[in-house]
Amino acid sequence: MRRLLYLLPFLLFIGVGVAFYLGFERDPRDIPSALIDKPAPVFELPPIEGLPASAGLSSARLTGDVTLVNVFASWCIPCKAEHPVITRLSREKGVTVFGINYKDKPEDARTWLSRNGDPYAAIGADQDGRVSIDWGVYGVPESYLIDRQGRIRFKHVGPLTPEVIDQQILPMVKHLRQG
Amino acid sequence: MIPELGHYALVLALFVALVQSVPPLIGAATRNAAWMNVAVPAALAQMMLVLIAYGALTWAHVVSDFSVLNVVQNSHSLKPMLYKVSGVWGNHEGSMMLWIVMLTIFGAAVALFGRNLPPTLKARVLAVQGLIGVGFLLFILITSNPFIRVMPAPLDGNDLNPLLQDPGLAFHPPFLYAGYVGFSMAFSFAVAALIEGRVDPAWARWVRPWTLAAWSTLTMGIAMGSWWAYYELGWGGWWYWDPVENASFMPWLAGTALLHSAIVVEKRDALKSWTILLAIVTFSLSLMGTFLVRSGILTSVHAFAVDPKRGVFILVLLAIATGGSLLLYSLRAPTLKAGGLFAPISREGALVLNNLLLSTATATVFIGTLYPLFLDIMKLGKVSVGAPFFNATFVPVAIPMVVAMVVGPFLSWKRADLGSALTRLWAAGVAVVVAVAVTAYVKAGGGPLLALVGVALAAWAFVGSLAEFAERIGLFRTSFRNSWNRAVHLPRSAWGMTIAHACLGLSILGMTGTSAWQTESITAMKPGDRAEVAGYEFRFDSVGLVTGPNFQAERGVFTVTRDGKPVATLEPERRSYSTTRMTTTESAIHTTVFSDLYVALGDPTQNGTAWIVRIYHHPLVPWIWIGGVGMMLGGLVSLTDRRFRIGAPERRRAAGKTAPLPAE
Repeated sequence: MRRLLYLLPFLLFIGVGVAFYLGFERDPRDIPSALIDKPAPVFELPPIEGLPASAGLSSARLTGDVTLVNVFASWCIPCKAEHPVITRLSREKGVTVFGINYKDKPEDARTWLSRNGDPYAAIGADQDGRVSIDWGVYGVPESYLIDRQGRIRFKHVGPLTPEVIDQQILPMVKHLRQG
Repeated sequence: MIPELGHYALVLALFVALVQSVPPLIGAATRNAAWMNVAVPAALAQMMLVLIAYGALTWAHVVSDFSVLNVVQNSHSLKPMLYKVSGVWGNHEGSMMLWIVMLTIFGAAVALFGRNLPPTLKARVLAVQGLIGVGFLLFILITSNPFIRVMPAPLDGNDLNPLLQDPGLAFHPPFLYAGYVGFSMAFSFAVAALIEGRVDPAWARWVRPWTLAAWSTLTMGIAMGSWWAYYELGWGGWWYWDPVENASFMPWLAGTALLHSAIVVEKRDALKSWTILLAIVTFSLSLMGTFLVRSGILTSVHAFAVDPKRGVFILVLLAIATGGSLLLYSLRAPTLKAGGLFAPISREGALVLNNLLLSTATATVFIGTLYPLFLDIMKLGKVSVGAPFFNATFVPVAIPMVVAMVVGPFLSWKRADLGSALTRLWAAGVAVVVAVAVTAYVKAGGGPLLALVGVALAAWAFVGSLAEFAERIGLFRTSFRNSWNRAVHLPRSAWGMTIAHACLGLSILGMTGTSAWQTESITAMKPGDRAEVAGYEFRFDSVGLVTGPNFQAERGVFTVTRDGKPVATLEPERRSYSTTRMTTTESAIHTTVFSDLYVALGDPTQNGTAWIVRIYHHPLVPWIWIGGVGMMLGGLVSLTDRRFRIGAPERRRAAGKTAPLPAE
């Protein structure tokens, strides 16, 4: 019995080790979305309070061109990491990026945007997170690629990286713009 | 040519590490002195070779040799020299090189200074240390070789992430790694002791200084990292409970427990198998941190470039090192002889309580960090665990820990009287009441109730630790001269403990102050505008353009006054780095020691005449890091204790003497 106690740390470690090994087979960013190829949810969000020249965001704006909807929050550190990538996508690659500001205080969101720059064509403030539930948001940041008919075609969970932009998003944007 | 020399030295170091491990292990088993002695020159040679390799890589960075891939990916010819040198360890390959440099320096230190170690123990410690070296050298050479060339060589490099081009972060990894790797010594001693089947006070006396050194540098590393996050990420936040922060915090918590349980082994010959287990766990947590940061298994901003091959390799290393040592533990630990007995209320009892609480705290952080992974692989959904979880679980464990920390040193070994210890803590009790009353009066209605608990804990820890010291030297009970003499002759470890415990109180004060009473102003300001925060007036004078070596910046000038008297001129910058096309904010901070005034310059508004300016007043925040540095100093002072410098045999001979020897 006593010997078993001494074996316990080893057994616990085996468990953790197996978990780590299984962890390789999954991608922490890969989350299936039930909304792929479905129309984006209908919503209407007010602008971030106090943000000059901001009109808010509604589903009506998501049709016409291929757009990216990015869910972000000032309290989310990975959002800060992906921000330069999004800025580049919007300013240099010419993709319209809309923002959904998730469960954020208006003053925090304003500061964050002033500090890091505002690449968004429009931002809707989702203070209680209701609209984000309709979008199936698990956590921030998340990004959705919307085609010209307003359907969700691609979802990325976690911060966007230059690789994801170059290898997945941009080819898809090109394809969707043609189709 | 020089990178090839470095590469060659690294390969050679691998074979020397094998020589450092295999023959001495066989020699120790067969009592063959010649085979055991191989470990000493091998450890020195391995250090020299690794230093040569590291020097070669540094050279490539310093002269901007863009035919080396690692330099191309992480450097730029215009980067300031400081960051060319620190950029060596600012990337995955280079940081592993630094890791192995530290490892071999620790190994060489045992080889050089371990003369009075029993020969078999010394051979086995060095052999285990050599085996760790083999694992990591293989890892570098197979998956993360920093000496790979590129053909054709590009004209210039990609530059280092500007967030990392900062003095605070430049020196943060060496301290952190010295801490992580320092715990490998405790690990090697633990495994060697398990092979020997013997743990005694002399063993603990050997393990403690290494653990202390590792703990002190890790404390410093964590404090520097948190300071960097404070001024560079610019939220005034100093701890985010990010997986990578947690990865450094877990070995710190376990190492703190190890530090204390080793005292019990040393003084009372008890808690042996527990201490061995802690040594294994502490180093394993350091290894796990390395694994988590580099495998991409958890998401974090700090994570290095993710490569599954590396992840699998480190996992295999972790399995061999931790799995192997824990298996050995399960076989050998039951045979270790139990030592001295003690009552629950005693110094030993207090240290056991400290260990239980610290282990619980470690487990809390462990579960919080890995819970998303566990849930995900069991297909139970995706979650993220953030600060609310840690605040709700870690703080309730930390509070009794600090309360008990102060009482413990008042208890005597074997059996103690809790009541009398508490009555001798009257001064700390008074301090708590006064601190809470003053806080409640000054900040009437401001801040959460938990802030009062924080202030009470800080006062308790600070005054209680000093009270224990005062009692030891008989302050106010005998003449001042007499007390002074006693203080001078107290063991350095007693000084170290008082300093470290009291400084933890200071850190708690800083954490409480900034969490509860921070004030801020975030507005669009034009030059000439004024803002008022916490009684200070900030006048925005001007904005100018500045050109740095590899960036362009807008620099704002703010004059701060209080009641019309000038306080400071603050010059925050907004930098744009041309190569990486990233913008960083260099906040300007004026510290009065009791609080920080913090100004950051944001984006210009759309018409370009005004800037978003963020002004913070962080009360007491500098004390977080003053306390952190103090804890490190406490560790270092304790490290100079004479019993660590003088070998175990001499000590036994000297045990008859009662007169205190002068401390030098």
